[in-house]
Amino acid sequence: MAGSDSTTDASSAPDTVKILVAGGFGVGKTTMVGSVSEIAPLRTEEPLTMAGLDVDDLDGIEEKRATTVALDFGRITISRELVLYLFGTPGQQRFWFMWNDLALGALGAVVLVDVRRPESSFAAIDFFERRDIPFVVGVNGFYGEHPYPPEDIRDALAVPEHVQVLLCDARDRESCRDVLIALIDQLIASAVQA
Amino acid sequence: MGGGDSAGRLVRPFTLTGGRTRPSRADFTLIATVTAVDPQPVAAVRCQPEHTRILRLCAEPVAVAELAARLDLPVSVVVILLCDLLEAGRITVRPPRLVSRTTPDLDLLQKVRDGLGRL
Repeated sequence: MAGSDSTTDASSAPDTVKILVAGGFGVGKTTMVGSVSEIAPLRTEEPLTMAGLDVDDLDGIEEKRATTVALDFGRITISRELVLYLFGTPGQQRFWFMWNDLALGALGAVVLVDVRRPESSFAAIDFFERRDIPFVVGVNGFYGEHPYPPEDIRDALAVPEHVQVLLCDARDRESCRDVLIALIDQLIASAVQA
Repeated sequence: MGGGDSAGRLVRPFTLTGGRTRPSRADFTLIATVTAVDPQPVAAVRCQPEHTRILRLCAEPVAVAELAARLDLPVSVVVILLCDLLEAGRITVRPPRLVSRTTPDLDLLQKVRDGLGRL
């Protein structure tokens, strides 16, 4: 970084990047963040207003009012110069995507899927596809069980061939790490192709 | 966290900002890092208690989202307070690493991959 003005220096501060962990309610997003984070997941909340949304987007909302959206996040220090943040997007809150800053500048995303309720992760898949944000699908096996092979789940979710679908266990550090590595490998592969 | 006091929470934080709901600048995104200037400038105006808390928490570089979580305040409120501190010359801010979809940074990706491999 070349000489910027004094307010944006902070040369001792590390570079930061982020990956989002998305998916339906109760699919294990915070569990996954906690499994790989070096700190206990932190939570931050943000008031959002519904102003500016298309009317269609308000379907199912009883009244037009401010709402609060919560994010759980964790940290992985890659090196003294580089820190990775993981943000678990809230699953029960349909309007997390209004937190524009969240997806902006993300390396990519992990969409967690519960095989018992795959449809609860459709919205997240749709979100990342529409915004051209690269993602992998992590199929969280509850109690470590995986009743379906990844290809069946790929078909059910209708995700394209270049998106990896991996079986994982959100409670297991190595398993979550491998999902994140798969995402980075996918990013590297598409960068080399380009 | 929170939960029980949610009814009153949305109102109070913005009293810390003097009613301001919009930041004066766009530097403070979720993973921008903030560091207190050391030594602190000799100032004509004394800091508010919340400003002082922030300065204590960012003696070492810390991300905006982490600050908000530790202060138990919405990010948007913390950002406004950070704008005050930046304008007073009390903190510096480092923007996140730029991620480009058109020209991906292979070196960065490899570093992240190596770091994850060490977990």
